[in-house]
Amino acid sequence: MRRIISILLLGIVALGIILSISKIPFGIPKSKVGKFYIDNGVKETGATNIVTSVVVNYRGFDTLGEVTILFIAALGLGAVLSTRKNKVERKIEPASLILRTGCRFLFPLILLFGTYIFIHGHLTPGGGFQGGAIIASAFLLIYLGCRERRISERGTKLIESLGGLIFVVVGLAGLVISGYFLRNFLPKGIPNLLFSGGIIPIIYIAIGFKVGSELAGIIDNLMEESG
Amino acid sequence: MIYYLGAFGLIFIGLYIVLVKHNLIKVIIGLSILDTGINLFLISIGFVKKGTAPIFSRPGLKAIRMVDPVPQALVLTAIVIGVAVLALALSLAIRLYQHYGTLNLRKIKEQKW
Amino acid sequence: MIFVITFLVLIMLASAISACVFRDLLSAVIASGIVSLIAAILFYLLQAPDVAMAEAAIGAALTTAIFVIAIRRTKRYEEDEKNN
Repeated sequence: MRRIISILLLGIVALGIILSISKIPFGIPKSKVGKFYIDNGVKETGATNIVTSVVVNYRGFDTLGEVTILFIAALGLGAVLSTRKNKVERKIEPASLILRTGCRFLFPLILLFGTYIFIHGHLTPGGGFQGGAIIASAFLLIYLGCRERRISERGTKLIESLGGLIFVVVGLAGLVISGYFLRNFLPKGIPNLLFSGGIIPIIYIAIGFKVGSELAGIIDNLMEESG
Repeated sequence: MIYYLGAFGLIFIGLYIVLVKHNLIKVIIGLSILDTGINLFLISIGFVKKGTAPIFSRPGLKAIRMVDPVPQALVLTAIVIGVAVLALALSLAIRLYQHYGTLNLRKIKEQKW
Repeated sequence: MIFVITFLVLIMLASAISACVFRDLLSAVIASGIVSLIAAILFYLLQAPDVAMAEAAIGAALTTAIFVIAIRRTKRYEEDEKNN
């Protein structure tokens, strides 16, 4: 009975979606705001990756909101999962020698790759969120391969808080120096060089560290009791 | 046009899993599929035929035809928020299992009322 | 070119349907990982390399890992439905 009602409801919703999708043409430039960002993006911000300049400079306040949501989700997960006080001490047998050596060899290389991606975020495809996810994958590798190592929890929380704090302080510095919150107040420089684009590399480095340590903390909380 | 149909198919399958299935982890898998479908739909709206990615990789490159950068910025945010919500939902599912002993939604409803 | 895109979209829809049908939860999670991977390839074909990188790193790798850790702490098999 429930199945028939839900299939009927889905049929009505699908009909509505199909009727409205068929009126959107495919492959035709549709908006004027995008054209403005493409034409004047490099001159106004100094970063050659237009998506980065939209995310950090033109719509920087939305990125601040998103970083807040990620922080609240990690906080909620830590609060929900940490109320069992009896830690069952199971005997963990270590993995084989090849696995442990391989994981220890790969760990700094993956960290270096993630750092490279978020430092070059304003010149090539990449940025803070992608680099942070790759850093969290490196920590996941350590959890799966060498099973008796644990990341220190205080270090993770310290780096995460520092990252968020740097983002807000840079925005407030823009408010104090000239005009409004998150204004680009450093010199823009020549495009296609590493030190260009004003405050965009600073914000992306802070976001990269913050997202990486946050996701590593989420995985640490989930794996806490099951060895 | 194929992209629209693919995204719409994913949204349809995701909604079906959320409405009909009664294991909690399968409902969360359906949420993840629904999220991916919506992101695919948003990016395929901003596509321009014979366009390139909006990055000026060499100095002096002119903007001939480029795709729209605004939906890409939106979807970048949406992917990260999706994984945050998923992690929180899974932690609530683990606590439910520790409290009730089962993950079947019909049985949890019957036990409470 | 359009045959490649049609082929990829068909595989994506087939693995989404099989994530709905499988009863072993570990197989359903792997099928949802395949959906994420093919979505990352389609994002690249739609000229959006930033989004493709984000979806491949976050959607395909971290989501699957978080699901597997959560399944390990709860049950692995879905229960049979005796009454609807």
